[in-house]
Amino acid sequence: MRLSTQRTQPTYDAIVVGSGAGGGMAAYQLAVAGLKVLLLEAGRQYDPMRETPMFQLPKDAPLRGGGTRDKPFGFYDATVDGGWQVAGEPYTTAPGSEFRWWRARMLGGRTNHWGRISLRMGAYDFKPRSRDGLGADWPITYTDLAPYYDKAEALIGVYGSNEGLENTPDSPNGTLLPPPKPRAVELLTRKACQPLSIPVVPAHLAILTTRQDHAGWPAKLHPGNLLAQRVLRDSMRSRQACFWATECGRGCSIKANFQSTTVLLPPALATGNVDLVTNAMVREVTVDRAGRATGVNYIDKRTRADRHASARVVVLAASACETARILLNSRSTLFPNGLANGSGLVGKYLMDTVGAGLSGQIPALEGVPPHNEDGASGDHLYMPWWLYREQLAGKLGFARGYHVEFGGGRRMPDAGIFGGLEQFTEGAYGKRFKQEARRYYGSFVWFDGRGEMIPNQDCYCELDPTVKDRWGIPVLRFHWKWSDHETKQAAHMVRTFEEIIRAMGGKVVGTVEADGAKVIAKGGQIIHEVGTVRMGADPKTSVLNPWCQAWEVKNLFVTDGAPFVSNADKNPTLSILALAWRTCDHLVGELKRRNL
Amino acid sequence: MSQGPGTGDPGPGGITRRELLGALGAAALPVLGGAGVGRGDGHTGGRAGGLQTEGPAGTPSDPDLLHPKIWWEKVLTAGELTTLTALADAIIPADERSPSASQVGVPDCINEWASAPYDSHREALGQIRDGLVWLDAEAQRRFSRRFDQLVEAEQQQICDEICYLPKAKPELQAAAKFFDLIRDLCATGFYTTREGMKDLQYVGNVPLQRFDGPPPEVLRHLGLA
Repeated sequence: MRLSTQRTQPTYDAIVVGSGAGGGMAAYQLAVAGLKVLLLEAGRQYDPMRETPMFQLPKDAPLRGGGTRDKPFGFYDATVDGGWQVAGEPYTTAPGSEFRWWRARMLGGRTNHWGRISLRMGAYDFKPRSRDGLGADWPITYTDLAPYYDKAEALIGVYGSNEGLENTPDSPNGTLLPPPKPRAVELLTRKACQPLSIPVVPAHLAILTTRQDHAGWPAKLHPGNLLAQRVLRDSMRSRQACFWATECGRGCSIKANFQSTTVLLPPALATGNVDLVTNAMVREVTVDRAGRATGVNYIDKRTRADRHASARVVVLAASACETARILLNSRSTLFPNGLANGSGLVGKYLMDTVGAGLSGQIPALEGVPPHNEDGASGDHLYMPWWLYREQLAGKLGFARGYHVEFGGGRRMPDAGIFGGLEQFTEGAYGKRFKQEARRYYGSFVWFDGRGEMIPNQDCYCELDPTVKDRWGIPVLRFHWKWSDHETKQAAHMVRTFEEIIRAMGGKVVGTVEADGAKVIAKGGQIIHEVGTVRMGADPKTSVLNPWCQAWEVKNLFVTDGAPFVSNADKNPTLSILALAWRTCDHLVGELKRRNL
Repeated sequence: MSQGPGTGDPGPGGITRRELLGALGAAALPVLGGAGVGRGDGHTGGRAGGLQTEGPAGTPSDPDLLHPKIWWEKVLTAGELTTLTALADAIIPADERSPSASQVGVPDCINEWASAPYDSHREALGQIRDGLVWLDAEAQRRFSRRFDQLVEAEQQQICDEICYLPKAKPELQAAAKFFDLIRDLCATGFYTTREGMKDLQYVGNVPLQRFDGPPPEVLRHLGLA
C-alpha cells in the first residue's frame, strides 16, 4: 500500500508547509478531523523504518563516524541534507553578529535526530514579564495549554516522573511512561548534588520505556472520532518499546522514540486525507484581493518548475526562521512589507537557548566493573532549575533559569575518544597509554546548561537585500547579540558545574572560564530558534492572535516555534507539539463555524 | 556582510559538547541488522509500515547510512605509511590484552582521516606530512636509520621528548603537537574497533529486554550500595 503520493489536487482544505514537529502535528490533526490536506516538505522522502543505521559501528563509517561539514553530528546522525550549511541555500549574518542556523531538509525535519527532551513550560514561563518586568507575556496561560501537553505526551510517549517541583508541572497520573533506572554516573552525581541542594530527578524524554496503551489512548485522545482512533491505534501498535541500545540521534527503526516520520506522519497518511509532496520549496504565500491567503507558490526542486497549490487555509510550520522568511518573501501591494507584517514584527524577537558546558574526570568512576550503560541513549536524570527564590530576591544578577543535562559513563567508544588524555597522563604513550585508557574510560562526566534567553531588539532575522539561494529566493540575514542576562547565566552554569565536579571529588577537564561571554554557545548553536512570528493579545505588538492565527490574514496559521513569546529553559519541541494541536483544534472549529 | 558560519568539522578530540550530544550512547554488535527491525508486533501487516522513500542520494550530505563508503582517495605515500605505522605501534603496541594499532588497521584509518576533503583535515595533512619527515630526519640524525628501523628503546628516546607538549623543548613544540594529533587519531582508530572495544570492556550495543541500571558490584564500588 502506497502511503504517499506526489500527486496534487486542484484545491485543498489546508496546506501545511513543513513536516517536522509542528507540521507533522498539524497534518495529523487536520487529516483526522477529515480535512483534505496538502503537506509540502522542502527535503526528500525519508523512511526511518528502512534507513536508520541501528547498531552500526563507528569502524564501518567514514572517519569512524566523526562529524564533518556534510554530517556535522556524525556520519550515523539521522540528519541528511542538513546541518549548519545547506548546499545552495545560504544565509548571511550582519557585521558583528554570529548566528548559526541548523536546518534538516528531509521529511520530518529536525525531529529525526533531536534530543527527545520533552519538558513542559510552567505557569511562570507564560507570564515572565509579569514576574520580573522583562520580555513579554504570552497571551495564554499554562492552564490553556495544559490539556494539550497532557494529550501530546500521551500521543508521542514520554518517560518521566511527577516531582511536584516549582514551575515544573506534573502530568496527570498514567500519562508519563516509567522513567528508566539511573546509570552509575547519574547516581553518583545525584549524591554529590544533595548537599548542594540541587535537585536531580528523572528526565522527561520522548522514548517508549514500555509500549503505549494502544487500546486505551486512541478513544481518550480522539473521543467520538473513529477515523482518528483507528489510525492512531494502528500507529501505536506498530511502535516497539526501547531495547536499550543504539543512539536516538540516528533515528529509530522500531519507532521507540518520537520522530514526526514514525509517529505523526504514518497515521496522518493512513487517513487517506493527506497528499504529501517532497522536494517542494515554498517561496511565498499567495493572497487574493481581499487579503485572504489562497495558497502557496513552491518550487519543485527536481524540475525547478514553479508550482501553485491552493487551499482554504494555509498553515506554516517550516521552522521559526524559515516561516518568517516565507512571510517576508510574500510581498504584494496589500502587504508590501511581507504578509501579516503590519506590526513590522515578522523576524523580530528571535530567540535561542543559552548553552554552556563543562566536563570533569571523576576518580571514583575509575575501575567500575564493566556493565552495560547504554540505557535510553539520552539522559535518565536531569536537574530542573532550582533557584527561583534566590533569583526573585535579586541575588543572582541574571533574570531567568536553566536546567542541567548531564551524563557520562561507559558509552560506546567513538571518534574523539581519549582526545585530550595528554592532560591527564602527562603524555602517556606505548603500553602505559593502553593502561591509562583502561583507567580513564568511563570516568568522565559532562554537564550542559540549557537556559532561558530574554527576547531583545538586537536579535532578529530579515531578508538579505542582495543574496538569493539557488532557487532565486531571497535569503535570511541574521542579527544577534546576547544581553548580560544570558552571559551571566552562562557564567553561573560553569561555576555550578565546577562545584558539582569538585563535590564528586573530580577534576575539571581544561580550565574554567569565568567570563560568560566566552563560554556561552553562539546564537543558534543550541538549535532552539523560536519567536520570529510571535503571538500576542495586541495586533500592534504581535503577528498572531492567541490562536496562532495571523491578525491580518485570518486563514493563515503558524504551528512551529515561531509563535513563541518567550523561550523558557524547557526545550521547545513538546510545547510546539502542544501548541500546534491547540491551534488545529481552533482552526477546525473555525472552519466548521464557517468563519474561515 | 559575512557568510553564515560553520564548517562544523571538528578536529580530533575537538568535538564540541553539542556534537557529543548528537553522538551519545551509540553502540556494537549488528545482532538485528539495520532496517527491517521494526516489523511491528505482528498485527500491523504492511499498514502504517512506513513512508515510501526515495532513499539516499549517495552524496556526502545524504550518504547511504546502511552501506557506508569512503568517497575520497587516500593520499599518504607508501614511505609515509611505513613511518606512520611504526609511530602508531609505538603509541599503541600489542600487549597481553589486545593487538597493536597496525594490527587493527589504524594507519589506514589515519590515512583516510588525513586525506579527507575538509579544510581542517587538509591543514592536518600538512602537519602530519611535516611530522613524519621530522621523525625520520630525527631518527637519521641520532641513529642514522629511519624511524621504522629503530629498536623500541631508540624510538622511545625520540618519543619521550615530544610526547607531552607542556614539557617539550621550544624547538620541539611542532613535533609535540604532531605527536599528540597522531596519538588522538590512534585512540580513535584503535578503540572504535571490536578489539579496542573489547580491550576497554565495553559491553553495550546489544538489545535488552529490560534496563536494570548498575548491578550491585558497581553500586558497591561507588559506595552507593
